[in-house]
Amino acid sequence: MVKPSRSYRVFQGVNGVILTLVVLVTLYPFVNILARSFSGERQIRAGEVALWPKGFNLTTYRIVFQDSMFWRNYGNTVFYTVVSTVVAMVLTTCYAYVLSKKHLRGRGLLVGIAVFTMFFTGGLIPNYLLVTHLGLKNSVWAIALPNAISVFNLLVMKAFFESLPTELEEAAQIDGLSTYGILLRIVLPLSKAVVATMVLFYTVSFWNSWFSAFLYMDHSDLMPVTVYLRNLIAGATGGGNAGAGTAELSQVGASIQAVTIVLTALPIICVYPFVQRFFVSGVMLGAVKG
Amino acid sequence: MSTSVKSASPPPGIEEPSGAVARPAPRSGWRRALRRDWQLYSLAVLPLLFFLVFRYLPMIGNVIAFRRFEPGGSMFGEDWVGLRYVRMFLSDPTFWQVFRNTLWLGGLTLVFCFPIPIVLALLLNEVRRRSLKRFVQSVSYLPHFLSIVIVAGLTLQMLATDGPVNHALGRLGHDEIRFIQEPGWFRTIYVGSEIWQTAGWGTILYLAALTTIDEDLYEAARIDGANRWRQIWHVTLPGIRPTMVTLLILNVGTFMAVGFEKVLLLYNPLTYPTADVISTYVYRAGVESNSFSYAAAIGLFEAVIGLVLITTANTLSRRTVGTSLW
Repeated sequence: MVKPSRSYRVFQGVNGVILTLVVLVTLYPFVNILARSFSGERQIRAGEVALWPKGFNLTTYRIVFQDSMFWRNYGNTVFYTVVSTVVAMVLTTCYAYVLSKKHLRGRGLLVGIAVFTMFFTGGLIPNYLLVTHLGLKNSVWAIALPNAISVFNLLVMKAFFESLPTELEEAAQIDGLSTYGILLRIVLPLSKAVVATMVLFYTVSFWNSWFSAFLYMDHSDLMPVTVYLRNLIAGATGGGNAGAGTAELSQVGASIQAVTIVLTALPIICVYPFVQRFFVSGVMLGAVKG
Repeated sequence: MSTSVKSASPPPGIEEPSGAVARPAPRSGWRRALRRDWQLYSLAVLPLLFFLVFRYLPMIGNVIAFRRFEPGGSMFGEDWVGLRYVRMFLSDPTFWQVFRNTLWLGGLTLVFCFPIPIVLALLLNEVRRRSLKRFVQSVSYLPHFLSIVIVAGLTLQMLATDGPVNHALGRLGHDEIRFIQEPGWFRTIYVGSEIWQTAGWGTILYLAALTTIDEDLYEAARIDGANRWRQIWHVTLPGIRPTMVTLLILNVGTFMAVGFEKVLLLYNPLTYPTADVISTYVYRAGVESNSFSYAAAIGLFEAVIGLVLITTANTLSRRTVGTSLW
């Protein structure tokens, strides 16, 4: 090993500075929004809030907590996420298992049917008309069904199933288990890791989604919390209310926005340390096999 | 070895795969496959139904771009009108404005969001302390996991007139800027928030590619007298070239579909001159104004350009660097 040159040591220093900046820039908005959510409105407006709450109070949290619409929408998010994830897991697991059977006649076609949809999709308008014509509007199915299979997740799961030893399944078959039995009693118990990963993938994506609900739900009490937050943002930034009289109003909106952002992001931030590693390995698996 | 089958007729829905086989010979092969694997095929029925209804039907549904749509009528429209809607949008000045905006935003996103993860991955790769490296990575992934609504909310809060950016400007003696209302700022805001959200996540594949580079190559380069920079230039970059090309093709392919949801969340009527893109115009024309055929025609145009772009990029890269998606 050659001793690092002087210029390389300089580079190491510069590199450290750059990466520190990256970390600061990434984290600052979170810290700031958290500080704002606990701050007094006067202090926010005066620009005193940077990293730490100024004029500490919980008033805004109380206002949001007392808003029954917020809680209903929060509950909707939980409900939509659970139903959608269950539907997605059932369909994805079934199809991934079928696709993992190398001897299956027509397997190539079945794979092709799925993969083609990664490159070409119907577009917003035909999808909108379809969901409307099927009468799915204003129900959880408008969110769950059109997004029931993510082809990326499907390919990750298929790759995992393919890596399982075939001898176990053959033995189970000789013991008289049907295909359904093999899937439920042999394959799935061996696949806890990939099942957990897929559940995480789907849960995070359904928790974060807003556009399907925004498109297909007509009443505010059917909205998920992401749309609640979107409406707060849109209300406070719409070009229409740029007038002077609304300064007070948008200020109130700003601290409520901060609290709503914090509460909506909270579940994701809490599971993030556990989720992150799964996601990273899943993405790499998908990239290699996909 | 075959499992016992009670009924001779296959369950409904599984003729699907056989229909696409053109060759005459394997009819009996299919029958045997169905008898042996009917349980497997039955597991595929619901997922296939999903793909047919929610993926392929909308593709066919695009015919509405060439047919007149009646409210309450069929989702495929009532009668043929040929290229009427295509001619309509081609002579629509708003269409050309959103087309230009799409090219601008797509181009800027490509220029900034494609190389930054590569640079970040190279920098991270030079970090010696594993704990530090892992910490920086974990932090930089974080924005990727948040809802786009939260990202938009954070962006708007940071740039609000009473937000941190304006206060920093104020301290430097600068007048406050109404970032959100000024068309001139939209592109910067969009690309900036896109970098903030995606840069860390984008490094994953590059870091994975970096670990697969053979240490011996660096050894050999050192023996040949290459310093750190030359090693990066002659060993590291060629080593991650396939990954770079693959991601470049994918980026080019999504060029036209610039962040629809993010634009929808960040823009407002004041910033339409620079922010309105094809997909947001399609949304407004279709869903908000009920001109479904007109909007579908524009959407189809966008999708076709996207398909042409990704095919061209793929062919070009196969011919020039020998890496391609298919």
